[in-house]
Amino acid sequence: MTTTPTRDIPGPAPRRLVASPLAWLVWGAVGLFLLALLGVVASVVVNSLGSRWFDTWLPSGWTAQWYREAWTGFDLFSVIVTTLEVALAVVVLSILVGVPTAYVLARRTFPGKRLVFLLFLLPIMMPPITYGIPLATVLYKVGLAGNLSGVILANLVPCVPFVVLTMTPFIEQIDPAIENAARMSGAGTFPVFTRILAPLLLPGILASAILVLVRTVGMFELTFLTAGPTSTTLVVALFNSMNAAGIRAQQSVDAMAVVYMLVMLVLLVTALRFVNPTQLVSQVKEEPLE
Amino acid sequence: MTTAATTEPTTEPTAASSSDRAGLRHRLAERGIDARLLLLLPGLVLVIALFVYPFVYGLGLSFQPMDGGGPFENYRRFFGDAFQRATIGKTLWLALPAALLNVAASVPIAYRLRGRFRGKRILTTILVIPITLGTVLTAEGLLNFAGPSGWLNRALLGIGLIDDPLRLVNNYWGVFFSLIISGFPFAFLLILSYLSGIDPSLERAAASLGANAWNRFRLITLPLLAPGLATTFCLTFVLAFSVFPSAILVGDPTDSTRVISIAAYQAAYEQYDYPFASTIAIVMGVIELAVIGVVLAGRSRLYTGTTGGKGA
Repeated sequence: MTTTPTRDIPGPAPRRLVASPLAWLVWGAVGLFLLALLGVVASVVVNSLGSRWFDTWLPSGWTAQWYREAWTGFDLFSVIVTTLEVALAVVVLSILVGVPTAYVLARRTFPGKRLVFLLFLLPIMMPPITYGIPLATVLYKVGLAGNLSGVILANLVPCVPFVVLTMTPFIEQIDPAIENAARMSGAGTFPVFTRILAPLLLPGILASAILVLVRTVGMFELTFLTAGPTSTTLVVALFNSMNAAGIRAQQSVDAMAVVYMLVMLVLLVTALRFVNPTQLVSQVKEEPLE
Repeated sequence: MTTAATTEPTTEPTAASSSDRAGLRHRLAERGIDARLLLLLPGLVLVIALFVYPFVYGLGLSFQPMDGGGPFENYRRFFGDAFQRATIGKTLWLALPAALLNVAASVPIAYRLRGRFRGKRILTTILVIPITLGTVLTAEGLLNFAGPSGWLNRALLGIGLIDDPLRLVNNYWGVFFSLIISGFPFAFLLILSYLSGIDPSLERAAASLGANAWNRFRLITLPLLAPGLATTFCLTFVLAFSVFPSAILVGDPTDSTRVISIAAYQAAYEQYDYPFASTIAIVMGVIELAVIGVVLAGRSRLYTGTTGGKGA
């Protein structure tokens, strides 16, 4: 990353030496940010492996005892299983519900389309807490919160719109002539979906499924508001143990944080094989609102 | 996809239909209404049942205070209590500067790094990490890293920049830093993708007409980028505005970082006053939408045509 900073000038523009201070500033800011990021992540890892760490650069000894303690104390295995159950259910359901919706929004014009689009945009634009609290109230009232189904239902609220918004451009790219040919040959809507669209859309579905997976595992607020004692996911369990300071050793909490980090890292590495990093970020890149 | 099986294409002839009904169906189909629209149903039902209905229910609940009083009693209670009212200011005081800084810092950096260079993919990959880790883990890391005896203070003391450890966690700054750590990469990657959607030949054309680097940025790139900046600001602001876990963990949740989401949470899960909690959630949503509305209204005055590049 220490390449000459004049490289990125588009095309044959004159290479300016004047811009050097800006380049230094930019790389300096990026460097400082990355250093802070490294510090934040590394301090969690180091603390989880240290035996005692007071007022020194590094802990006085190294141990794996905190991981054993976290594994049994927090019942990490069942928490991880719950996390995966929730994430998989949300992924499957949001794909099944979201893709047909995206198909209609991509292919058809109909009265009220803008309203429907707005309906799918709002859950992404609102902070989860604002709709999470009324949603949790309703779910508790009908007896669906406090267990796995409540957590899954709550997580579907931002994930289905997310699938709809990411899949719509994918579907728009597919030539409608292919579908029309299939229909002319006598295929109904269901065969068109399973035999024509699904294979063509597979890369898009995969990408959006992985993004939903990462989001669901990382989703704190909605899970926190709807989870009961047996349906907490990893990130909520982490928050709870951090918030109940003093009950567990700090290092044991950090060990759990490292486990969470590893789960996220595996998901992230898988995700980056299929999607561009900017795709993980841009949820609604082009807002066709106006 | 299971529901798709029930919707048959309308082209299939139905023998029983009279010419009158067929005519209606034909007219509807011309306006774009036919049986294939039923594919929307599962998605719509879900959003209406799990998003619209709870919101309306919460809105209704907020007008039915638990302890009696008029329908607006909950709102009066929220805005009449200085302790509750102050949460709005505290939230905005955290979210607005954090979102502004994230966007403002991202622009020059993304502008600098918009072309190709070695390690671009690695850099963007590293920047995705804090987004996926989320605020809970960032909070835990900040407590260790920026705490009184953490590496940051230790390094600053070591090089003699400060005499006493800086208090960077369990106050406003802890939350602010956590918003930067998870928000800056988000804003940066978004702006980078907007920038790479702007056709570089526009800038080259300006250069050939004698515009210097600053004028090229100010007169060509910035106007094309501005709508993207507005969208980025909105999305970053939503992230920062809903700050909840980090405000509790690295903040000072009883005083300076008692943000509005904490107030709503406490009303719901500590006092079990769901009407009041819904009231706070509604107030929170209205304020957030107001800020976004202002930004998007400003955005609609900007040029939003094609940018000539691949993102157009």
